[in-house]
Amino acid sequence: MSETAYHPQASLTIRLFREIASWSPSLKIGSALMALIVLAALFAPWIAPFDPYEQDFNAILMPPGFPHLFGTDSLGRDIFSRVLYGARIDLVIGVVTTYVPMTYGVVLGAYAGYVGGRFDAILMRIIDVAMAFPFLVLIIVILAILGPGVQNIYISIFILAWTMYARLARAEMLVERTKDYITAAEVLGFPRWRIIFRHGLPNVINSSIVFSASDFVLNILLVSGLSFLGLGIQPPLPEWGSMIAEGRDFMRQAWWIATLPGLAIVVTGIALALIGDGLAQRLGERHHTMV
Amino acid sequence: MLVLRYCLARLIHAIPVMLGVTVFVFLTIHLVPGDPIRIMMHGRIDDAQVAEIYRQLGMDRPLIVQYLDFLRHAVMGDLGTSLIQKAPVTALVLEKLWPTLMLLGLSTIFSILIAVPLALVAAFYRNRWPDHLIRLGSIFGFAMPSYWIGLLLMLCFGLWLGWFPISGLGSTPLEKLHHLTMPALTISLFLGPILIQSMRSSMLDVLTSEYIEVARAKGLSEWRILTKHVLRNALIPVITVLAVNISWLLSGAVIVEYVFGLPGLGSLLVRSVGYRDYPLIQGLSFVFAVLVVIVNLIADLSYMLVDRRVLKA
Repeated sequence: MSETAYHPQASLTIRLFREIASWSPSLKIGSALMALIVLAALFAPWIAPFDPYEQDFNAILMPPGFPHLFGTDSLGRDIFSRVLYGARIDLVIGVVTTYVPMTYGVVLGAYAGYVGGRFDAILMRIIDVAMAFPFLVLIIVILAILGPGVQNIYISIFILAWTMYARLARAEMLVERTKDYITAAEVLGFPRWRIIFRHGLPNVINSSIVFSASDFVLNILLVSGLSFLGLGIQPPLPEWGSMIAEGRDFMRQAWWIATLPGLAIVVTGIALALIGDGLAQRLGERHHTMV
Repeated sequence: MLVLRYCLARLIHAIPVMLGVTVFVFLTIHLVPGDPIRIMMHGRIDDAQVAEIYRQLGMDRPLIVQYLDFLRHAVMGDLGTSLIQKAPVTALVLEKLWPTLMLLGLSTIFSILIAVPLALVAAFYRNRWPDHLIRLGSIFGFAMPSYWIGLLLMLCFGLWLGWFPISGLGSTPLEKLHHLTMPALTISLFLGPILIQSMRSSMLDVLTSEYIEVARAKGLSEWRILTKHVLRNALIPVITVLAVNISWLLSGAVIVEYVFGLPGLGSLLVRSVGYRDYPLIQGLSFVFAVLVVIVNLIADLSYMLVDRRVLKA
């Protein structure tokens, strides 16, 4: 038996370091940036110099400087603290709206790709119809039906966002289905669920994982965009998009109110896009990133 | 003959999608939880008035009859009557259609103007610093919220420099172009990066093909190979990318129109959601879907012109 088996703790750390050392520069930089943003979100109460909701009418529309690093808004709230707390809201929204639909999208797509027939045909028609609408328009229509708010944004994205993953997983499954290892599993008489989910799924999920990094960015842009339109997260919650919307009316006097929260979105987006870029190189799925 | 069959096949493929779209659009108002009319009127009307509105809208009849009626009217171009503006939805939509189409056209032109040279440079210097720089720029453009960059452009070129108007559309064609420049630029800043990356990879695919080897063997310069042989063949996937992204383009247009106060379909949609004007919302979502389907049809038909091989498939 090798020595590593006796030191599982050490070997894990070493393995982790080796793993990270083998990453491409874009994956390293992206992950580091993302880790920083996640840490900032987690430790927001300790890092933030002010209460994000505290209104200070003696410090209205203060430009960036000291003690207000990013300045203050029209109610005298500290923008830096609000941006930090905003990371908590936007990151959670990004994770939920990306990975919940991905889970059942991939399962549905892999299943449809494997079994084919009527199930596949019906699923593909539904996806065709969903994709005939611009995504934002459909979300807005569903929000018009259900009413604005975070919960309804989740519902509308859950209804729609799985379609892209189902398409990707189905297309990959159509290829995998004809390969020898699947035939072997069939000959061995394995049940269908085992062939699809134990043997097929690990081989069709890479394209979805790579796409999910782009999708994460798009979802943060989408939800903050909805908040900007007044259909998403309502003030006074410090969501980045709604902060930009609040700053819109003060562009002339106080450019920082809208600009600095937007920069937070851009940095998060760049981190995720770099991770997507690195994952695509690593998993060989170049064509599934958006940029 | 082949051409005709291809066109027909494409048209027939679009029919079930369009039917599905009409079903969804029709169901919109029926999916509103509770009583849509009461919600829309904020409960300010009594039962008799509610019943009267339902009768006017024909919503007191069986669902299937209502759907067939909706379909019949939609085919004839009648999308109902706006409850708030008291005008035919079709007229309201058509009035706002042109600004949106102009915005889409101009954004597409800007995106291509940005993407083609940059993709060419990225492919020419693949995996060297100009390529990495363009890639970084693309990632930056992709990660920027369009409403945010719109506001910044407005602040910089509208308020500080005063080069471009910050809202509205103007009346003469030249004025419209002037008003649409910043919104179109905003859209092309996120569409451009997507185009650059797909064009770059299709150019690299073409670069590995045999006729490029032949061109190299002839002793042509790498730059000439790229501009003469690669670019032409790499433009085909651009049609696909543009068609696939028409839905993103329209989504972007909705937000950008709202930011720049352009009187287009997008800002009308946002406003009608505010008023909960369901017939107008139905009509607008229908028109958006029709636009997407038409653009995809045009893309399919234009492949035929670019690449005759699709006819045999």
